[in-house]
Amino acid sequence: MGFEQIIFWLLAVGTIATSALVVLPPGGRNPLYGALLLIVSFFFISGLYVLLFAHTMAILQILVYAGAIMVLFTFVIMLLNLSKKELGDETKTLAKGLGIVAVVALGTKLVVMLQGQTLNLQAKPLPEGFGGVDAIADLLFHNYLVPFELTGLLLLVAVIGAIVLAKRTL
Amino acid sequence: MLPFLAEAATAVASSTTSTPVHSIPLQWFLIVSVALFAVGSAGVLARRNALTVLMSVEIMLNAVNLAFLAFAREWGNMHGHVVTFFVIAVAAAEAAIGLALVLGIFRHKKSINLDEMNALKN
Repeated sequence: MGFEQIIFWLLAVGTIATSALVVLPPGGRNPLYGALLLIVSFFFISGLYVLLFAHTMAILQILVYAGAIMVLFTFVIMLLNLSKKELGDETKTLAKGLGIVAVVALGTKLVVMLQGQTLNLQAKPLPEGFGGVDAIADLLFHNYLVPFELTGLLLLVAVIGAIVLAKRTL
Repeated sequence: MLPFLAEAATAVASSTTSTPVHSIPLQWFLIVSVALFAVGSAGVLARRNALTVLMSVEIMLNAVNLAFLAFAREWGNMHGHVVTFFVIAVAAAEAAIGLALVLGIFRHKKSINLDEMNALKN
């Protein structure tokens, strides 16, 4: 196994383990542990992005996800400072159990399917500057200019909506 | 035999037996992506705590981003990166609105248990 492949498996196992702990008891019982584990998981995922030659997206993942979104989560969790009672009991219903079994079965099935198959896509060699800021900016400001501007509008609407929702009186 | 036909035949033969371009195959990334998506959706289904459910949604979005970037590398095409960029922007908006809703509901009900948010039921 080559060096890159060893790094890949370390990152993959780390990503899945930390994400699973967000959902399983340590994170599921206490959201603050969940948020911190999720930050670690985002760092692992950004390592996977680097292996995919998506350097800009790896940096954006850390800046936006770990830096902005998860800080917002941590702020809200600490602001609420929930007790055991306020978090609510985890009810165990039949529908919920069936749903989890179905999801896990589907995931296992897909993983087994992908393992047994060689996807014959004939990978193309990467063009010069693949994954760099230049290439992404070129696409964003030429091919995707309107969606890009709409994203800005979406963020503005989200900010105004969040203020309206969270404020007691305007 | 025409020379260009022979050339084409050797090109086809070499393309089917050529060494892979990347040392890490596409499937491995897709396996990680599927596993992450399963973990995220299990969290959405199992947990009744609104904050953990929102975090599980983030895990699912990340799984999809990983798949997009894996296919972007496979085709040598940057459009997947742009989609990932938009997904990150939408995730930021979703987190802001979702957390504002959680705050508002907590102020109203003194609980963030999703099972108790049934005011619109029946």
